Amino acid sequence: MMTTPLLELKKISVSFEGFLALRDLDLVLNQGDLRAVIGPNGAGKTTFLDVITGKVVPTKGDVIFKEKSLIGQKEFRIARKGVGRKFQSPRIFENLTVQENLALAVSRPKTPWSLLMNSLKVKKLDEIQRLMSIVNLQLKANIRAGALSHGQKQWLEIAMLVGQDPDLLLVDEPVAGLTDEETDLTADLLKSLAGDHTVLVIDHDMEFIRRLDCPVSVLHQGHVLKEGSMSDIQKDPLVIEVYLGKSEEEE
Amino acid sequence: MSIFSTKKSWINLTIWVLLIAIIIAAPSVLPVFRLNLLGRYLSLAIVALGVDLIWGFTGMLSLGQGIFFALGGYCAAMFLQLNSSGEFPNGIPEFFGLYGVEKLPFFWEPFKSSIFTLISIWFIPAIIAGLLGYLVFRNRIKGVYFSILTQAALLVFFNFFNGQQKLINGTNGLKTDVTQIFGQMVGSEIMQRWFFWISAVLVILAWFFARWIVRDRFGNILIGIRDDEARVRFTGYNPVIFKTIIFSIAGGLAGISGALYTVQSGIVSPQFMTVPFSIEMVVWVAVGGRGTLLGAILGAVFINYAKSLVSEALPASWMFIQGGLFILVVTALPEGVLGWIRKDGLKKLLFLIGINKKLETYPSLEVNEQGEVK
Repeated sequence: MMTTPLLELKKISVSFEGFLALRDLDLVLNQGDLRAVIGPNGAGKTTFLDVITGKVVPTKGDVIFKEKSLIGQKEFRIARKGVGRKFQSPRIFENLTVQENLALAVSRPKTPWSLLMNSLKVKKLDEIQRLMSIVNLQLKANIRAGALSHGQKQWLEIAMLVGQDPDLLLVDEPVAGLTDEETDLTADLLKSLAGDHTVLVIDHDMEFIRRLDCPVSVLHQGHVLKEGSMSDIQKDPLVIEVYLGKSEEEE
Repeated sequence: MSIFSTKKSWINLTIWVLLIAIIIAAPSVLPVFRLNLLGRYLSLAIVALGVDLIWGFTGMLSLGQGIFFALGGYCAAMFLQLNSSGEFPNGIPEFFGLYGVEKLPFFWEPFKSSIFTLISIWFIPAIIAGLLGYLVFRNRIKGVYFSILTQAALLVFFNFFNGQQKLINGTNGLKTDVTQIFGQMVGSEIMQRWFFWISAVLVILAWFFARWIVRDRFGNILIGIRDDEARVRFTGYNPVIFKTIIFSIAGGLAGISGALYTVQSGIVSPQFMTVPFSIEMVVWVAVGGRGTLLGAILGAVFINYAKSLVSEALPASWMFIQGGLFILVVTALPEGVLGWIRKDGLKKLLFLIGINKKLETYPSLEVNEQGEVK
């Protein structure tokens, strides 16, 4: 496991009725990596997560996770294999309490029979408490998740991801709509998760990415334009052009 | 929260006490005609519980529960007809003679057994619902398309049953009131009293069963499917299995309900599979309070009782009243009567008329949060 990458995207292409959303995309993530992916709107950031999580089947290419291909697998199976995904806007179960949301995330096995016949083990209950303390939601344990603030919803969703205990966390724009303070806390939280987990963050908030202090991949028109540290990226003339849009059809 | 849940259980307890008091008092207070009506409505409460499970909790609006309701009814009626056809030509139910059928169709055979019948009443509808549901859910058909599909299935079943004179007496249906069981006429007073008791007990058992299903994480997954199915999937659950199971359970409950209704109304016919009847089942749940199991029972019993009382007094007006009630509930009480009561609806109403005075500007939730570090 140490030598082979956790996730490897090989020449992924996705076309939607002729429009190429992703074009020969290559990406490698090793165990414990924290990686940021940035890119202008329409660069294919979300499509790229859709491919990994099984929501979109690529036209071409392969996704290798833990040395096995994920292509053609159902979303829930990919989730069970250890890929957790946080959506762009917080997606939690609004009509359940914070605790109930987390209970669904930590439950295992995720079969109807087990949910109906077994009650949660003490270990899992402790795990729920731990998750709530990570994201500062202990006092809201019995509050309906729909009544949380936007930032708290984002955190609850991240806590649910961690509760699934995935090897790979895919986090799509976790700081959209958060205050500066919340953004900083989220960055620290994601940094602390890396190591135990492999974390891939998509965002275009530069301050946030800088704070993550990790390798960055720049996505443009469906493939990786540049990989490197944040300071390298910001100096790169190609990236500047893409972001500032000096000459649109440079390529 | 604790105040809320105690209040909720107080409301539940009050309603249960009332309901059980009515059930216990009814046989000695009501004339047998009225008792029989109440028994029928109690049996309808069982199908309503199923509708609540799939619609109120899981968010799948089925307009085809009549299929499973009728199937349960046919299973019971076939057994009763066979049980009392000894003196008819060929020893088979009388109606076959009308169409010149001399040999019992093969699928009637197992219904000579009472044990097979008791199982098939819920098992056959549950299996059919499960198969139908699996195919539909696997292809990710949901929302309006699901509703239309269930209604289309209902029409298919209706037309099929309507046309099969030689198999199941077609549009005339199967009568049960003149059949025999335990040496008694099914339509006799003593049997009807028994069926009332059986219905009452089964409603309560069905409630416990449904309650057990939605009580914990399984129920939370159903609510999760209703609110955000994609999140359920990405959390590692397979929604197809959960939806299939709950649809199958609702089908089984509908079958039990249909069988009880058949023996108390004296006949099962394709009329059980008409479009309006399946929609009415949804109306009971909507009015009673979807997502509240007790609401489904109350809705089914009280709307139907109101229906029979109103229809006796003003024969033509019930449809208008029912329609009006539905519109009122959908617009003013989206969570149904029970949901409304649980959410302090009465208190708010009193306040609106000016009897109660308002206490605080902000909901207690925000007040509690003030002391918190953030």
